[in-house]
Amino acid sequence: MTPYVGQAIRRKEDPRMISGRANYTDDISLPGMLHAAIVRSPEAHAAIVSIDKSAAEQRSGVVAVLTGEDMAPDFASGLPMAWDPPGVDINVPDHWPLKRGEVKHVGDPVAVVVAVDRYLAVDAAEDVIVEYDPKPVVVDPEAALEDGAPLVWEQFGTNKTHEWAVGGGDVAAALEAADVVVEQRVPNHRTSGAPIEPRAAIGEPRAESLTLYSTTQIPHIARLLLAGMLDMPEDKLRVIAPDVGGGFGAKLQVYGEEALVLALARRLGRAVKWTESRSEHMTTSHHGRDQIAYVTLGAKRDGTLTGLKVRIVADLGAYMQLLTPFIPELGFPVMGGCYRFDAIDVHFTGVFTNKMCTDAIRGAGRPEATYWIELTMDKLARELDMDPLELRRRNFIPKEEFPFETKLGIVYDSGDYHGSLDRLLENFDIEGFRREQAELREKGIHRGVGFSTWVEVCGLAPSRAVGPQGVGLQAAFWESAMVRVHPSGSATVYTGTSPHGQGLDTSFAQIAADRLGIDPENVDVLHGDTDQGPWGWGTYGSRSLSVGGEAVAKAAEKVQAKAKRICAALLEASPDDIELADGRFQVRGSPDKAKTMAEIAFAAHVPPQELPAEIEPGLEENSFYDPENFVFPFGAHACIVDVDVETGKVQVVRYVAVDDCGPAINPMLIDGQVHGGIVHAIGQALYEQIVYDEDGQLVTGTFVDYALPTAAEVPSFETDRTETPSPVNSLGVKGIGEAGTIAATPAVTAAVIDALQPFGVEWLDMPHTPMRVWNAIHGHGHGNGHGPPSLGEHGMGSAGSGPSSPDEGGAP
Amino acid sequence: MSSAVSVHVSVNGEAREAEVDPRLLLVHWLRDELGLTGTHVGCDTTNCGACTVHLNGESVKSCTVLAVQADGAEVTTIEGMSGPDGLHPLQAAFREKHGLQCGFCTPGMIMAAADLLNRNPDPTEEEVRHGLEGNLCRCTGYHNIVQAVLTAAESEVRA
Repeated sequence: MTPYVGQAIRRKEDPRMISGRANYTDDISLPGMLHAAIVRSPEAHAAIVSIDKSAAEQRSGVVAVLTGEDMAPDFASGLPMAWDPPGVDINVPDHWPLKRGEVKHVGDPVAVVVAVDRYLAVDAAEDVIVEYDPKPVVVDPEAALEDGAPLVWEQFGTNKTHEWAVGGGDVAAALEAADVVVEQRVPNHRTSGAPIEPRAAIGEPRAESLTLYSTTQIPHIARLLLAGMLDMPEDKLRVIAPDVGGGFGAKLQVYGEEALVLALARRLGRAVKWTESRSEHMTTSHHGRDQIAYVTLGAKRDGTLTGLKVRIVADLGAYMQLLTPFIPELGFPVMGGCYRFDAIDVHFTGVFTNKMCTDAIRGAGRPEATYWIELTMDKLARELDMDPLELRRRNFIPKEEFPFETKLGIVYDSGDYHGSLDRLLENFDIEGFRREQAELREKGIHRGVGFSTWVEVCGLAPSRAVGPQGVGLQAAFWESAMVRVHPSGSATVYTGTSPHGQGLDTSFAQIAADRLGIDPENVDVLHGDTDQGPWGWGTYGSRSLSVGGEAVAKAAEKVQAKAKRICAALLEASPDDIELADGRFQVRGSPDKAKTMAEIAFAAHVPPQELPAEIEPGLEENSFYDPENFVFPFGAHACIVDVDVETGKVQVVRYVAVDDCGPAINPMLIDGQVHGGIVHAIGQALYEQIVYDEDGQLVTGTFVDYALPTAAEVPSFETDRTETPSPVNSLGVKGIGEAGTIAATPAVTAAVIDALQPFGVEWLDMPHTPMRVWNAIHGHGHGNGHGPPSLGEHGMGSAGSGPSSPDEGGAP
Repeated sequence: MSSAVSVHVSVNGEAREAEVDPRLLLVHWLRDELGLTGTHVGCDTTNCGACTVHLNGESVKSCTVLAVQADGAEVTTIEGMSGPDGLHPLQAAFREKHGLQCGFCTPGMIMAAADLLNRNPDPTEEEVRHGLEGNLCRCTGYHNIVQAVLTAAESEVRA
C-alpha cells in the first residue's frame, strides 16, 4: 500500500469552508452577548486632557463606557513582551489595553463602549469626547536617533530601544583583505499582515471561569499571558481559536482587545464581542518589516566573498508587543545567506517612533535579511562584471559540507544550493531569456530577470537556542501531540499548533494514518482549544510541520508500538515479530496472521481475553518534541518582469520557483504555500506600503490606499522542488509557509533593476510604484531615496513609513 | 434611530421577512439576523469581496447594499449554492484544485466566480483573473483559485 504521506490528498478542511459552514470568531453569537467599540486616538502623540463620557452613557442600549483609568483595577500587568536577552537592556514602556495619561500613536485605544448591538456601540463611541494636548511627533527612525529629536518616551531619555549584535571572525580584517567592497543602504518598508479575516475576540463569563474566542495563532500562549494580565489562574481561562481566517503573523500576538473583552465579560457578567474594522487592522494590528540595513560586502577579484558587515536600524513603533524588539534579530541565523564568509558582523539598533508597533509578519526578519544579501550580491556582481549566478555558485556552501557551521555559530542542517539553482535553470532558459530580452529591447519592451538563491531558518525552535538559556526569549518552542485511537479504530489527533489555512488537519492526518494503519479520512485533527489536548506553542515561523508534525509522528509511533504489543498478545506472538504492512498489523512472514487497527483498538478498550498485565487499557499517547536544531529550507527563484518605461508600471510576467523543504507530506499543500508566499512578497515589492505622514497620521488606513495584489496583477506560477531531507527530524521536513515571502522580494527587485539596465539604474527602493520607477528611469532621484523629493510620494528615503529628512518634506 | 422598515426577501429560495433599521447592511442582516454566517466581512470599503452574494442573480458586495435595498429581491448566499445533487461545480473545483487555504475569502470568491461564469461560461485565464479582481485572497496567490474557476467552467461547458 502506498503511504499516505507524499500524496496530494484533498483537504479535510474544505467541505465546511466551501459551503459556508466554517466557524470563524465573528460568526459566533452567544446568548445575551454585548458588543464593544473602541475609542481611538486621532493624535500620534498627545496628553489626554479629559474624557467626557456623558453623551455616550446617555444613549439607550449602552451598557458601559470605560476609560483607561476606569479599567486600571482590571489588569494586574500590561501587555507582555517576551524577550530578555542576556546582558542587554531593552527599554520597555507600560502598555495597557486602554491608555492612561498619554497616547503614542494614531489608533491608540483610550476608551471602550459596550452596547447591546454593534451599530449602537460604534455610534456611542463617536459620542465620547476626548480632549488631547498634542506633543511633538517623530516618525522617521533615523531622525528619531538624532540629538534633540522629540522623545516618544521621555522617561528613557532616548528613542533607542536597545542594541544587539552578533558576529564571528574578524570583519575588519576580512574587508581589508577584499579587492572590492560594495556598500548599500537597503530599506525594507513597513507592511501590514492583512489577513482577509479581521481580528475578533469574544469574552464569555462562566461562573468562576472565562472563555476567550479569538482569531489567534497562539491560543495556549495567549491563555498563559492573559491569565497573568487578568490576575486569574490559568486553568480558569479557556482560549478557543475557532476557524481562523489567515494570520501571516498579525495574529501571533497577545492584543489589548483580547484582554479587554475578558475584563469586560468579568465586570459585566455577560459575553462581550469586539470585531476589528479593516481600518482598525491597518492602524492597530501590528505591522511588519520597517528596517534600514547598511550593508558592506567584500570580495576578492575572483568573486570569493570575504566579509559582511551590516548595521540595521529597526523602527519598532511606540510600544513593545510580544516579540517586537526580537523580530529584526530573528533573521540573524541566516545573515550571510547561502554563502561562505571569513567574517560576519551584524549590529541592530531598535528605535521608538510614534507609530504602531512592528512585530512578526510572514517571514519576520528573514525576508529582510534575504533581501539585502541577495541584492547586495547582485550589486557586487555588477561591480566585478561577473554573472550574478556565477558569483553565487562560487560562494555557495557546497553540499558535501553539511551540516555546516557558519561564522555566526549556527549549524545549517542540510543544503544543496547548487542543486536547486541547477534545477531552476532546467526550468528557466537563461541564455534564451537574454536573447529574448535583447530582441524586446529593440522593440522598446523592457523585460528583466531577477534571481534569489535563498536559505531560511525554520523549525522554531530548539528551546536551548532561543529560550532563556539561549538568545533570551522567555519561552520554549517544543511542540506537543496526543494521538487517541477510539474503540472503533478511528483516531483523534490533538496538536498544540494552531493552523489557520495551512491544511494541517490534512497533513497531520496523513502522518498519523501511516503510523496507525488507518485511512486519513478516519483521523480527526483537533487544535485551537486550551481545554482540549496538551499545551502547545501555536503556529508561526513555518514551525508546525517540522516541530508539531514530528510530535504527531512520535505520538503515533508510541501508539503503534502499543498496538503491536496488544496485537502480539491477541495472536500469541512476540511483539518484535509484529509489523505494520498494508494497513494491517501482522506476524512477520505470516501475513495470514493479522489484526486491523480497529480490532486492536477495540481489544485495547474491551479486551476479549486477558491481556498481559503490563499493558494498560486504552490506546492513546502523548509526545512532547523539542528539536535538536533549526531546519534550513532553501531554494532558487527567478522573477521576470516587464517595465513600461512610459508609465513606470511593473508587471510580473513569469515566475519560476524551486523550493526544497525536504520530503513532501502533501505536495499540493506545498505548492499552495509557495504561491501565496510569492504573491505576499510581490505585494510588498510592487504595491503594499504602510505610510505615515510627518504628523504621524496613517495615510494607508484602508484597502483603498493599502493595495493588496489581486488576481489581475499576478501570473500563474511555475513551481518545482528538490528534496534534501533534514537530519533534524524523522520526517526530514523543513517548513514552507514563509518560503515564498522570503525568496521573492529580492527576485522582483532584481528583475526591475535588470530591466532598467539601459537606463543606468543601479538601485531601487521598494515598493516599485510607477512614480518611483519613472523617476528612476528619468534620472530623478536614482531610486535610492537620496535624490530630490518626489512630489506626492510618501516615504522615500526612510524605511518607507515616514519621510526621512527635511529636504524630503519630513519633520524638522 | 429611524423607525424600522419591513422587507420581504427571498433568501436561498426561502421567503424571509423582517423589520429592519433602514441603515442595516445586507451583510449584517444575513449574518446576524438570519444566521447565514458563510458571507464574511473583510473590509470597510468594498474592496475585499468576502461579502459577495447574488442579488437577483448578479454578484454584489453585500457590505455596500442596505437590507432595505434587497426588498422584493432574490438573494443567494454560499449556503444556497449546493443543490440536491450536491456541491455546485465551483465548490467542487475549489476543493479539487486547492483553491482555498484559510477559507475566509472563499464564499465571496465562489459567488463572484459563479457570476463570472454566468456571464462568460468559457473564459480565458486572463478573463478569470480580471473577472475576480474585486475579490482579495491573502493565502493562495490566486493561482489555484484561477485553476478552480477554469476547471469548473470546463466541467460546465462539457456538461
